[in-house]
Amino acid sequence: MIHPIPPGTRDVLPDEMRELRRLHLALIETFESRGYGEVATPAIEYDEVLARGDGRAARSAYRFFDERGDLLALRSDMTVPIARLVASRYTEAEQPLRFCYLANAYRAVRPQRGQMREFAQAGVELIGAPAPQGTAEVVEVLEAALDAAGLDRAVIGLGDADLFRQLLAELDVDEVARRAILIRLETHDLVGVEEALKSAGIGDEQVATCVSLSQLRGGREVLERARAMGSEAVARAIARLEQTFAALEARGVAGRVQLDLGLLRHLGYYSGAVLEVYDPALGQVLGGGGRYDDLLRRFGVDLPAAGFALYLERVHVAQMEEESRRGGSG
Amino acid sequence: MSLEVAGTGEAKADGPLKLAVPRGALLGGTLDALDAAGVDTAAARGESRALIFPGEQITLVTMRPSDVPTYVESGAADAGITGKDVLLEQSDRMVYELLDLGYGRCRMVLAGRKGDRRLGESQRRLGMMRIATKYPRVAERHFESTGRQVETIEVKGSVELAPLIGLADGIVDLVATGRTLEENDLEVREEIVECTARFVANRVAHKLRAVEIDGLMERLREATAG
Repeated sequence: MIHPIPPGTRDVLPDEMRELRRLHLALIETFESRGYGEVATPAIEYDEVLARGDGRAARSAYRFFDERGDLLALRSDMTVPIARLVASRYTEAEQPLRFCYLANAYRAVRPQRGQMREFAQAGVELIGAPAPQGTAEVVEVLEAALDAAGLDRAVIGLGDADLFRQLLAELDVDEVARRAILIRLETHDLVGVEEALKSAGIGDEQVATCVSLSQLRGGREVLERARAMGSEAVARAIARLEQTFAALEARGVAGRVQLDLGLLRHLGYYSGAVLEVYDPALGQVLGGGGRYDDLLRRFGVDLPAAGFALYLERVHVAQMEEESRRGGSG
Repeated sequence: MSLEVAGTGEAKADGPLKLAVPRGALLGGTLDALDAAGVDTAAARGESRALIFPGEQITLVTMRPSDVPTYVESGAADAGITGKDVLLEQSDRMVYELLDLGYGRCRMVLAGRKGDRRLGESQRRLGMMRIATKYPRVAERHFESTGRQVETIEVKGSVELAPLIGLADGIVDLVATGRTLEENDLEVREEIVECTARFVANRVAHKLRAVEIDGLMERLREATAG
């Protein structure tokens, strides 16, 4: 007799579990060896507490009442629960704090391979270490994690979440129009970005600047090209990226970082550096992260923070694709 | 404004760029635009029933326009061309829309029978219109954003049939010349949105094959300009 399970969830059987476990161990060992202690937090939290982290984007899709009538929610990532944990239990501790995790999170996505509604994330949080060194350390750990997973072709995209927010403020775009433009930039709908900028009354030349800025990605040279566009907001973002990139070079981990000025993450708590991870064998993003220097303040402690999360199942799919590719090419 | 991106962060490419090409009404315009952009389309123009036409730099993969977002989102195709109507209907598909190619211009409209008052009457007396369409999500969004309630009925074949024999009060469909409407005694009541062909890319390919995708995009921009 067949008993159904909800869409977007799945059973994992021994052959896959064995491989996932190997990957899991390799990642956690990488994090632990760099001083990141593993933590676990409950999968269900008070909705009110999670919403404090990010009311808009990371709002849990799964909410329900407990026996006392309190509204509970399944977490949609680990960053917000760890911010809650730090604010509750580590206010007196010596900084920076280093935590890692491997945990399930829940989102109402359209289920497909590598994208389930219940999914595992492996990641780290570095709390109390400001940019650029804190960001560079996180990227260094991320690179080590990709090496541990055997994804030697993976690329890390590095952008700045404040670039367009500040540029649009500099161009005097009002709040409503700014929101509309940022949403289109997040989804990289360039045709829509152009239309939204024009309807916000931005001149043709500046529209062209914004669009080509969002398309700039590559090595250090993109910073020069962006700077040539001559805006104060852009210059500030470029200065931040330059410092981060220099810190990465000093650690010898800039090699597979792609600077990407069009990179914006959906989650609302990011500020400054944002990260995404890609592997050429997979059409989906393997993971992401960045800085969230304002997030801890929402929980009552003012600490700079950065981190990343890898989607465990997607990393596993990429491992398999890379293996079959290597096998295929002899 | 060509963007040459090289060096850091470029992955070693896996063979030619796979480009999803729409069959049907957009095929001619797409092959012309690709030709003008310097992509060899001779093989795809022949009588061949093949679906894949390998090239040195770019491999053309032909498919239904409505499948293009699916292939591009998953990364099975690195980039593709399809109509804005398809992108609007499948707006939950995560693809980067990079360029308006300008051809394949048509309008998404609400249409009803000529001189027939059913649309208004249903709205007034029943509080709801029945709309047949191949674009249920576009239709629902349009009526929702204009504060009207509708029952959308998804049909696969000739939508024009629905109001003629009483399945629906009106239709939401794509109109190029308006001849099909005319021949079926239908008329445009409202224009919803104008649609053209768009160049889209997979979000990972957009990062890891930046030089190729930006290059193709710039050549397509020049080829379709004006």
